[in-house]
Amino acid sequence: MSYEPRIVGFLCNWCSYTGADLAGTSRIQYPANVRIIRVMCSARVDPTFVVHALAEGADGVLICGCHPGDCHYSEGNYKTMRRYPLLKRLLAAYGIEQERVRLEWVSASEGQRFADIVADMTERLRALGPCRVRSGLEADLLTR
Amino acid sequence: MGAGKLQVALYWGAACGGCDVAVLDTNEFILEVAKVADIRFWPIAVDGKYQDLEAMADGELDLTLFSGAVRNSENEHIARLLRRKSKLLVAFGSCAHLGGIPGLANLSSREAILATVYQGGPSLEPGSSAVPQTVTAVNGYELELPAFYPRVYRLADVVDVDYFVPGCPPAPAQVKSVLLAVVKGELPARGAVVGAGERTVCDDCTRTKSAKAVKRFFRPWEIIQDPERCLLEQGILCLGSATRSGCGVRCPNSNQGCRGCYGPAPGAVDQGAKFLSAISSIIDSKEPREIEAILGGLPDFVSFAYRFGLPASRLQRRHGG
Repeated sequence: MSYEPRIVGFLCNWCSYTGADLAGTSRIQYPANVRIIRVMCSARVDPTFVVHALAEGADGVLICGCHPGDCHYSEGNYKTMRRYPLLKRLLAAYGIEQERVRLEWVSASEGQRFADIVADMTERLRALGPCRVRSGLEADLLTR
Repeated sequence: MGAGKLQVALYWGAACGGCDVAVLDTNEFILEVAKVADIRFWPIAVDGKYQDLEAMADGELDLTLFSGAVRNSENEHIARLLRRKSKLLVAFGSCAHLGGIPGLANLSSREAILATVYQGGPSLEPGSSAVPQTVTAVNGYELELPAFYPRVYRLADVVDVDYFVPGCPPAPAQVKSVLLAVVKGELPARGAVVGAGERTVCDDCTRTKSAKAVKRFFRPWEIIQDPERCLLEQGILCLGSATRSGCGVRCPNSNQGCRGCYGPAPGAVDQGAKFLSAISSIIDSKEPREIEAILGGLPDFVSFAYRFGLPASRLQRRHGG
């Protein structure tokens, strides 16, 4: 069977989830590789969630929130914006490719944009192959 | 060997010896321990051979305090041996608990470490290519060295561990309380972290905390700090918000940021990721470029966030393959 990347998508309730919903109601086709988790705000996505998703076997993590300035809670997406560069640095230290974690701003009217992002990310991850951190320790203990 | 006395061993794997010193730092209390316990094996303080350990019956030891990470085959061999000989095996100190400072080596591969130390060192003979081998033939004899593993392990990665005592090193008052709990048989459920609190270092810290918004991070020597105010608010990195309490807030009380040696706060899945969240949310900027510039003031952030617990992270770096 060919390799299908698994993407965990954290979508904010107010903009991005509604945007993804719009993609659905507009019958826009996009890959089924993304597993969407609705959160109230992109700031709810603790970096621990991303680490946990990758450790549990996700090949990529997509975080979507309202465009800067549009946050339902006025400042939430700025918190996400600040976390992201440091999170990327952390993942790089573990040898995790930059493409595996992606932050995008998707408004409630951007159904097409959401579909395009998912399609693009799926193709990039397909080219990269499975995430290598999966059960790294266990594999090591056995082959040592 | 006194009848009815507690049979105790202490051992160090990949460790600096600071945990052994922490036991001695209980001062005259150690004499009280000697009244109720026989120290059967303690390489740093008592003469003894591995054969003495091998000769013991299984479960003959009541308590073993194992400090240090598992870095090589010798550490692993003794860890397995002590597990068999001990009724209670305690991962004692940050290295045994979470991997500790030696665990930072997991950011590099074994090959890169050996090349840096034995081939790239500035004090080496040019062209030197001698790298330690597990077996070397010298004058017809075979000499053996422990095998250097590809990564650093926590004690619990290798053997079952009954209790965990965090700290680099564990605070003497906590060492004392743990030893007393063993003597009195008042230990919690197996697998618990003992000799520590159930909150964060921040919760115990008495510095005044108000709104946090920083434009720049400072190394401790770059700023004259306010001794009353939260260190993080002043732009000085402090892991207190992501770290388990119990140390007595030793570092912030000495005007140093918490380094996180007591490990992740109860409920935190990953100490470094948790700290990342705390540190990013205090940055006072809404401009991606400016945010990058502010974060640029955090050299080697990953080593800081996981200073004592990289091998305990949910993510593990894989080298090659």
